[in-house]
Amino acid sequence: MAALIKGETGDWELVIGLEVHAQVVSEAKLFSSAATAFGAAPNSQVSLVDAAMPGMLPVINQECVRQAVKTGLGINAKINRLSVFDRKNYFYPDLPQGYQISQFLQPVVGEGVLTIVLPDGEKSIGIERLHLEQDAGKSLHDQHPRKSYIDLNRSGVALMEIVSRPDLRSAAEAAAYVSKLRSILRYLGTCDGNMQEGSLRCDANVSVRKPGAELGTRCEIKNLNSIRFMQMAINHEARRQIEVIEDGGKIDQQTRLYDANRDETRSMRSKEDAHDYRYFPDPDLLPLILTEDYIADIAAELPELPDAKQARFIAEYGLSEEDASQLVEERETAAYYETVAEGRDKKLAANWLLSELFGALNKVGKGLAESPVSAKFLGGLIALISDGTISGRIAKDVFAEMFEHGRDADSIVEAKGLRQVSDAGAITDLIEAVIAANQDKVVEFKSGKDKLFGFFVGQVMQQSQGKANPQLVNQVLREKLNA
Amino acid sequence: MTDLLSLDLAAARDALRDGKISSLELTDAYLGAMEAASDLNCYITTTPDKARVMAAAADQRLAQGDALPLDGLPLGIKDLFCTEGILTTAGSHILDGFVPTYESTVTSQLWRDGAVMLGKLNMDEFAMGSANVNSYYGPVESPWKSRDGGNARLVPGGSSGGSASAVSARLALATTGTDTGGSIRQPGSFCGIVGMKPTYGRCSRWGIVAFSSSLDQAGPLTRTVRDAAIMLRSMAGHDPKDSTSANLPAPDFEAALTGDVRGMRIGVPKEYRIDGMPAEIEALWARGIEMMRDAGAEIVDISLPHTKYALPTYYIIAPAEASSNLARYDGVRYGLRVEGETLDDMYAKTRGEGFGAEVKRRVLIGAYVLSAGYYDAYYLKAQRVRALIKRDFDEAFGSVDAILTPTAPSDAFAIGENDDDPIKMYLNDVFTVPSSLTGLPAISVPVGLSDRGLPLGLQLIGKLFDEATVFRAAGVLETAAGFSVRPAGGQ
Repeated sequence: MAALIKGETGDWELVIGLEVHAQVVSEAKLFSSAATAFGAAPNSQVSLVDAAMPGMLPVINQECVRQAVKTGLGINAKINRLSVFDRKNYFYPDLPQGYQISQFLQPVVGEGVLTIVLPDGEKSIGIERLHLEQDAGKSLHDQHPRKSYIDLNRSGVALMEIVSRPDLRSAAEAAAYVSKLRSILRYLGTCDGNMQEGSLRCDANVSVRKPGAELGTRCEIKNLNSIRFMQMAINHEARRQIEVIEDGGKIDQQTRLYDANRDETRSMRSKEDAHDYRYFPDPDLLPLILTEDYIADIAAELPELPDAKQARFIAEYGLSEEDASQLVEERETAAYYETVAEGRDKKLAANWLLSELFGALNKVGKGLAESPVSAKFLGGLIALISDGTISGRIAKDVFAEMFEHGRDADSIVEAKGLRQVSDAGAITDLIEAVIAANQDKVVEFKSGKDKLFGFFVGQVMQQSQGKANPQLVNQVLREKLNA
Repeated sequence: MTDLLSLDLAAARDALRDGKISSLELTDAYLGAMEAASDLNCYITTTPDKARVMAAAADQRLAQGDALPLDGLPLGIKDLFCTEGILTTAGSHILDGFVPTYESTVTSQLWRDGAVMLGKLNMDEFAMGSANVNSYYGPVESPWKSRDGGNARLVPGGSSGGSASAVSARLALATTGTDTGGSIRQPGSFCGIVGMKPTYGRCSRWGIVAFSSSLDQAGPLTRTVRDAAIMLRSMAGHDPKDSTSANLPAPDFEAALTGDVRGMRIGVPKEYRIDGMPAEIEALWARGIEMMRDAGAEIVDISLPHTKYALPTYYIIAPAEASSNLARYDGVRYGLRVEGETLDDMYAKTRGEGFGAEVKRRVLIGAYVLSAGYYDAYYLKAQRVRALIKRDFDEAFGSVDAILTPTAPSDAFAIGENDDDPIKMYLNDVFTVPSSLTGLPAISVPVGLSDRGLPLGLQLIGKLFDEATVFRAAGVLETAAGFSVRPAGGQ
């Protein structure tokens, strides 16, 4: 989907590559045993290593390596048997060591691929690499009129930097890519994907070109912390670049910051002031060597990922692609669905989850995790519909009751006597009464006014307080009226 | 008093165990000597109160017959080792007032084994130097005096100058040092004592202020080879907090001192006969070779063809790592801060005032060789040459068990000499740097005196983690040399 952008001089194509920084789910930091919980008091999760005290040495946290390998396998990437940690040198107060330990030339994970779904079909986005690196601390500039404060809680926290190829052609594709990646990370349990807490952030490399032309000069927009802002930033940056070029200017390779309040990007530094990071292998750490067995063990533990789950939902459950795709996006939703659908009508379960439950949750602004209706209870409701105990119509009332009070369907149906009437004799009695009371309508119907059939159905259902089995009503009514 | 100070580490250990002396009196003897010889400027910080407390505790254990391996033995610690609750400076202004809340692994093992801490020893700033003239706390003086009639104050060598001078002047029974390119062995040679650099990875680097992480290694400076073996056993051992620490137990190195080198093959590398080497060094080396031959060792001529590249290689790799290791001294969290108008100004002022000239020189060299466009030509090439030097040694060790060379190309020089010529200063490391680059264990043993009456040492280099052979050969060389001259200064 090459969404071209119209300019004064014709169409422009947008080229985007993303660097996603995903915080590794781990109890401890990448090279120290300090805790990583979000929201702790400033500087309460800082070890001597994180504060770069003299003589302190990093020791790799094997759990973080495991998580990175797991993620690599989840994006169908090559796992490098040998990788190396390098030092990226620069000065900043929230970088205590004066260097970040990262992986430069030999990352732990090599090339992979991620498939995104777009309105006009699927698209494969190349992943160049995934490497492990330390996060920096945080500078707080709003605590004192003249001083800056430093919080080192994040200092040394493990991040996976996942770098895409410049295969994305619109902000929407970029959004689909981040959503898909986040979904996979959550399935794997390697990153919680929480963008508000900064567990997932991205940098976007954006350039524009005339369709088919060579790649243009790119600008990097740093630290985008929501998918919405990322899209806005990309679109804004694309327009800015097109304007510059069309006004006869040239794009300077820059690092830019997005200001969501003003919806604009601002230059942070140009290529000329770019840091010379003086990368070199960290002599405090040995190369990371992984055995085939180690990788195979992790591969064996991988959960079913969204693409595979979606394919299974379509093939085995007969769900539509759209429904299946919605159900698998979040691991929790898929798990909820599978509990609802276990031993029940799969399509009916999908419909009820996607339209009724999500509709109701949306109305009250809740997520699935806070749903008053448990998966087991929703499954119970589906069962009552499927076996004809209640009609779809009654089911909606039962559901409303369940949603309100968190009760199970069976007890509501019993207590309110909502069991569907499927006794042919009882229904015939009702129909005969309705026909007797509306002889004039019967004449009209028989003279060709077919539409009146609906009127009779309505009357019967009303008389039965909605409990009459609709199929049976239809069948008997047709027999009687056509007699 | 003098009697107490004349005991070496092994003798003091035995005297303590036999109840002939107490740790407290031994410790007091050293504390007294330290005070009397304070003009040598060996110590940056002395810890007499702590020493007496530790000595008293040791005496109690000794009295109960529960002696620990180093119980009651007073030691000096190079000020590069972080010591809990005690000022740790690395010889630098930039660590002003830095009192660690933690104890380095090596020193904690010494205290675990009962040793007594006398204080923190002066050194070249961040262990960068070969004369101990680069300390913010002033130069260290050697207790030795030249026989040439002048009364010049001589350097003890560096960077572990305080450690070497203190052992030579009997201001500690033994000391810890660190060796990055020769910083234990060269001062050992200058001061007429034993200096042992173990295999890289033998001692934990945790808690030692880093200079060059791939080269730094702790080791002992002692009066005798046996003392070095005793010290190293306590200093060595695997430490999970140092990823480069070898997962090997610390052997009983003292047991290696059999005095028997019959059949041992000692290599003599022809490339160490460098241009302009003083005849007296050449002669000393020849004498050492004869001593080993007389003791029954087989002398083998070997070639280490890449030797001449070792020094330039070292002076690329060590500064490169140092430039990065020293980035943490930024005035933000500890040590010196010189306020500035802006953040960059604060950095510049703090580091400008906090670091001495030699440190700045090496940080600049290091940043240069790692910078974009120069990395391949310098740092990467140096790493390749380092691999070739390693290959030289691997091949040589196919036919020999140890290698004998001079330790340094000269005897000690005067304080102030060579100061304006960094290249000449760097040449001090020419014989010690190759084994640093390859991580091999190496020891300097005092063997003779120069024409000026100053000590000269010879170096024995062994295979990786084969300190036992190095100690065994060194023990034989020590006995044969019978070096017993005492310096004029000190006690």
